[in-house]
Amino acid sequence: MVTVAQTDLQSRTRRIRRHIVNMVYGAKSGHIGGSMSSTEILTVLYDRILKHDPANPAWAERDRFIMSKGHCTPLQYAILAEFGYIPVEELSTFRQKGSRLQGHSVLGKPAGVENSAGSLGMGLSFGLGIRLGMRLRGQENHVYVLMGDGEQQEGQVWEAAMAAAHHHVDHLVALIDRNGIQNDDFTKNTMDSAPLEDKYRAFGWDVRTDVDGHDLAAVEAALTWARDVRGKPACVIFNTTKGKGVSFMENNPNFHGAPPTDEEYVRAMEELPA
Amino acid sequence: MTAVQTTAATRDALGPTLVRLQQSGAVDLVVVDADLGKSTTSRKFKDVYPERFFTFGVAEQNMISAAGGFASLGYTVFASSFAVFVEHAFDQLRMSIAQPRLNVKVVASHGGVSTGEDGASAQSIEDIALFSSLPTFKVGVPADVVEAEAMIEAAAKDSGPWYIRTGRPKIPVLYTDGPRYQIGKADTLREGGDLTIVACGLLVERALRAADVLAAEGVSARVLNMATIRPLDVDALEAAARETGAIVVAEEHLVHTGLGAMVAQALATRHPVPMEFVGIPDRYGESGTWDQVLEIMGLTSQGVADAARKVMARKRR
Repeated sequence: MVTVAQTDLQSRTRRIRRHIVNMVYGAKSGHIGGSMSSTEILTVLYDRILKHDPANPAWAERDRFIMSKGHCTPLQYAILAEFGYIPVEELSTFRQKGSRLQGHSVLGKPAGVENSAGSLGMGLSFGLGIRLGMRLRGQENHVYVLMGDGEQQEGQVWEAAMAAAHHHVDHLVALIDRNGIQNDDFTKNTMDSAPLEDKYRAFGWDVRTDVDGHDLAAVEAALTWARDVRGKPACVIFNTTKGKGVSFMENNPNFHGAPPTDEEYVRAMEELPA
Repeated sequence: MTAVQTTAATRDALGPTLVRLQQSGAVDLVVVDADLGKSTTSRKFKDVYPERFFTFGVAEQNMISAAGGFASLGYTVFASSFAVFVEHAFDQLRMSIAQPRLNVKVVASHGGVSTGEDGASAQSIEDIALFSSLPTFKVGVPADVVEAEAMIEAAAKDSGPWYIRTGRPKIPVLYTDGPRYQIGKADTLREGGDLTIVACGLLVERALRAADVLAAEGVSARVLNMATIRPLDVDALEAAARETGAIVVAEEHLVHTGLGAMVAQALATRHPVPMEFVGIPDRYGESGTWDQVLEIMGLTSQGVADAARKVMARKRR
């Protein structure tokens, strides 16, 4: 059964996907594939889970969202526009000279971006530092870190995974967008990280895996579960489709970091109803 | 009777200074560590404030990015390890601290070849170049333990990223009457009119001894302690070049990428004069006692005096 609230979320994800394609087409560069695969994850997070106030992005009692896969800024900025942090019109400045919307995530540009990223593998460490600092102040807020599955190849991710469990950090949630594709090729051909769930469990994390990352209800259930884990850090592994929403981009390694042609843009927008 | 000279390692300033700063209430500190807190002395902070001290094990990349996370909440964060090991996390320093200009102070001990017996792997001869290459970072090398304490305090109260190099050997205390450290200001330790010796770290004391030797030869050498390398005190350098007409730079770092190179670049546009450089030649170090390795590299008062004689000969031509 699809509820009214889910219909609302679905319309949000449709708008966000159109923003993503428009931004990358307009900028003639940027990362569509990994933005489309994480769209439901971030939409549900910002709509249902994250404690945040777009009117007061510096709110001290806010949760933190850390974008570790910092090349997926089309999604991050589309989310910030959809939830009222920035005007929708500003999205057309993406990657342009003088814009706040830089190619990769830059802390504070705009307010709502909580970390600088673009070199992979650092977000979980940065989020760990934030959560430890919150705990030192007795603050109950959560930190959510979005990573890719290719990113799991970075050794620093496992330094952070080990340290988070060692320090018994909870309220720290790793969200892994397992779309199976990285820059050059499929992840299993490049450097297979499977079995990812066993690795996180062995490092001392509570793990929920094989969550359908495009099923809004499943995403919400998994995020709610992760938010409520206590005594250890939580990890949700989402199975997703890179380029989700546009048939010829789906599961296609060519749409990791390349913009669509004019013809592809027209076809893509036809497939993404407003 | 000769007075006994007090000696101390600059690294010994870290832990006690952090305790004093946290006790003062002037700063909200977090200290992060990668299993070398005994050597860097940061563990002395843990003894008093265990809840504010976080160990990350032998994992410098994680420590540096986590330091950025703490700082993004408003803490003043001190991160420490050996200089060579913080180099391990260069991209993390760049992405997690330098680019977002977060309030993290990296205080790394065992800088330079004076780390001694461990040999080349433990001797950081490239740290000044690496940290000076990061926009937003301030970089300092204290000349003695008194100045190290003052620099750590100044960094704690300053906003933005810092790198401070401390050392392992016990070296003479110069500032026996108290520190004179100011961020970005050279300290004139000795006036002189014939040439200027610009030095940092343990080469400052060696430069002062070289100036004594030169004085006996009738050469009057000014000695500038350039404890802040970034931002560089270009005004003091220009004044020295105009007033003395010759410059020697002395440092415990690769000679082609350190303080000397930065001084030369600054003076090239302001007031070029004959210059000579005392530093580590284009090579790695080796095992030996700390003063033996310094001697192998020519980082002695004799080496500084020789460079001064050479630059004086060029100046007279």
